[in-house]
Amino acid sequence: MKGILLTGDRPVIPENTKMVPVYIMGKRYIVPETLTIQKAFEYAGYQWIRGCGCRGGICGACATVYRIMGDHKLYFGLACQTVVKENMVLAQIPFYPYKRKFHDVENSEPTAETMINTYPEILKCVGCNTCTRACPMDIKVMDYINAAIRGDIERCAKLSLDCIMCGLCTSRCPAQITHYNVAMFARRLTGARVFKRAEHLKVRVQEINSGKFEKFMKELVEISDEELRRRYVEEREWEPLNSRDIGWKPQDERYL
Amino acid sequence: MSGYPESLRESIKLVEKTRAARVEKTKRGETFKPLTMDQRKEVLSKFHPDYMEGTKRIVKVGPDKGQHFPNELADLLEAHSRINPKDFNLKNPDIDTDVLVIGGGGAGSSAAIMAAKKGCKVILATKLRHGDANTVMAEGGIQAADQEVDSPYYHFLDTLGGGHFLNDRKIVSALTQDAPIIAHWLESLGMMFDKYPDGRMKVRHGGGTCRKRMHSCGDMTGSEIMRVLRDEVRNLSDSIDVMEFCPAVELLLDSNGRCAGAILYNLETEEYYIVRAKAVIMATGGFGRLHFNGFPCTNHYGATADGIVMAYRAGIRLRYMDSVQYHPTGVVYPEQNVGLLITEKVRGLGATLLNKNGEEFVFPLEPRDVESACIIRECTERGNGVITPTGRLGVWLDSPMIDMLEGEGTVKKELPAKYIQFIRHGIDISKEPMLIFPTVHYQNGGLWMDDNARTEIPGLYSAGEVSGGVHGRNRLMGNSLLDILVFGRRAGISASEYIQNLNLSDLTLEHVEKYEKEIKEAGIETDRVSPMILPDYIRDEVKAKEKTSRYFGTLR
Repeated sequence: MKGILLTGDRPVIPENTKMVPVYIMGKRYIVPETLTIQKAFEYAGYQWIRGCGCRGGICGACATVYRIMGDHKLYFGLACQTVVKENMVLAQIPFYPYKRKFHDVENSEPTAETMINTYPEILKCVGCNTCTRACPMDIKVMDYINAAIRGDIERCAKLSLDCIMCGLCTSRCPAQITHYNVAMFARRLTGARVFKRAEHLKVRVQEINSGKFEKFMKELVEISDEELRRRYVEEREWEPLNSRDIGWKPQDERYL
Repeated sequence: MSGYPESLRESIKLVEKTRAARVEKTKRGETFKPLTMDQRKEVLSKFHPDYMEGTKRIVKVGPDKGQHFPNELADLLEAHSRINPKDFNLKNPDIDTDVLVIGGGGAGSSAAIMAAKKGCKVILATKLRHGDANTVMAEGGIQAADQEVDSPYYHFLDTLGGGHFLNDRKIVSALTQDAPIIAHWLESLGMMFDKYPDGRMKVRHGGGTCRKRMHSCGDMTGSEIMRVLRDEVRNLSDSIDVMEFCPAVELLLDSNGRCAGAILYNLETEEYYIVRAKAVIMATGGFGRLHFNGFPCTNHYGATADGIVMAYRAGIRLRYMDSVQYHPTGVVYPEQNVGLLITEKVRGLGATLLNKNGEEFVFPLEPRDVESACIIRECTERGNGVITPTGRLGVWLDSPMIDMLEGEGTVKKELPAKYIQFIRHGIDISKEPMLIFPTVHYQNGGLWMDDNARTEIPGLYSAGEVSGGVHGRNRLMGNSLLDILVFGRRAGISASEYIQNLNLSDLTLEHVEKYEKEIKEAGIETDRVSPMILPDYIRDEVKAKEKTSRYFGTLR
């Protein structure tokens, strides 16, 4: 398009950009220092099959482990969110073996007993907190495992809400826990059994199944285009933002 | 310390100068004047890429021969198959199943669950990992008319108005009536909806809704839905066999013209598998990764229109397939994040759009297509765009207004994912604005199907973004997560009913041979193959040195 620089998903690299060495699985490549790890791989010529997903930090496909050459410290991150550094030594962990049990959401109580029966290894947590340090989403992983052991299922669920199930925690655990599946079970139990069910939703489903709205909906399918537009413009009362506080009700209740 | 370079800081100063006055104005309930219907039409025709000359061309083959499609999609439709049908002995399928689901996002997963619950043996084949899909990237929410002051009637009206009244009304009737059933189903599966202590759903408005019916789980609603569905599929592992990194490349028909399976391609071993299935559910998602006109996109790596290509070759017509949704607010700076989505919620919370001089130039909550066109006009014809160090154009989205309007800390609380994304690059979006430009976001159209997800080929179903008709020419926020679940479930149920007492006849790839012949007769000369499967982001300099034509899964 005229006058606009559009390069799809290929990064623009200005001429004066500093080039730095990175080591992809030990192999040296010179890449612009402005790129994310993900785009640096592509710049080097790699075609992703595994290890690439949403490219926006929410899918957990691009879990990456790296060191800076000469430094003992191990770092963790998402390749799509982390910018390269000079002398980075990189490896992807596109898959890590996990344990998963049947998550019987319908018939399990949200208790410590449930969690321990399903994942007894959580009792072997040594409290080293390595899981937490490996989490690219800054989740307090060890804390949610402790919550599961104590039977505070809701806390386990809430602490783990941002989990993208990338598996970095699991790759680091000396107790061999698959943390993210523990959290997954806890969240489902919380959604289904700790949180109160929505009564109004149950009522609405019953109304729909009894065919309450069929007549109106059929009308909408069949009326003329003009009539449809007229109803759209003239008959939709706008629910105000503070409707809950003021107990708002629409004047036209024909279609409720 | 600012994460912005000096060259951008100068323009930010001009934005800061007008901020206090803008906040006061917003508090008084005043806004930049929305466009009239005629003005909308004008800006769309001149500046929206869909309406611009040279962005589309006539496709010379297939069931929609003679119609206009975006160039990048036309390229894929006028390409060769990845396989030579003669290489396959279809008398010996590698795998036999009741239902084959192609695609492992929200639509595919819900289809698989329903088919399995109805007693079918299911294969879920997916190109990447199970759950790698645009579903996980949906932030805002899912619509369902479950409040006492609302009903499917109003949800229907809102959806039609958003789609310029071009949606398939029967489909929308199904969408809106199933919506509460979907919310109830998700609740029973254990999705963590945002709720009040008494269990009542927290609901918000979305662009174009007359009642509050947007349900959410923080700003990661899609991610939560995907996690729950994937977990439920894993619970059903006795009846659902998940095949990851195995995209379908062609559909199989039987000699009676019914859909009868697909050819899968193992991306890692490069084997092709013949899968015979009594029914096939196409749930491959959208086309954002085609980067129309070079635009960046908000989409997942796998959004390459594979299902469109396969079904089109088998004879399925396309509906509104020329309509691309450009989201008005994609990231332009920092360069690392170009194209990533900034949710509509930012504007919903009161942030306005500003040009390089710190001046407002558009009402912030125009429909997505209109808003995008206005931004493009400001940057091109009017020359008021901000230029980034890498030469990109953008305008400011003034997020610091949000804390001034709604109280300190609102940005961090309401937009945690965005806040983290920018702070990683030294930009505090509660104190500094974001630089944005339109980005490819959604495939409004797709495969023709009916309200039970049936296509014109018996045994072939369509669910989710790959389908057309649900959203007309413009989708409302919160209707895509709903779409994938409503029609995923309907497809699974329809397929399970359809396969009862069904006996397939001989498998065939004749449609592929016929299509090849059409390409030849139309005089199309190309070495391109499709479906595309993986986007290609390798540099030209590297490519020039790649002397083999085949490199991993991607043919070049």
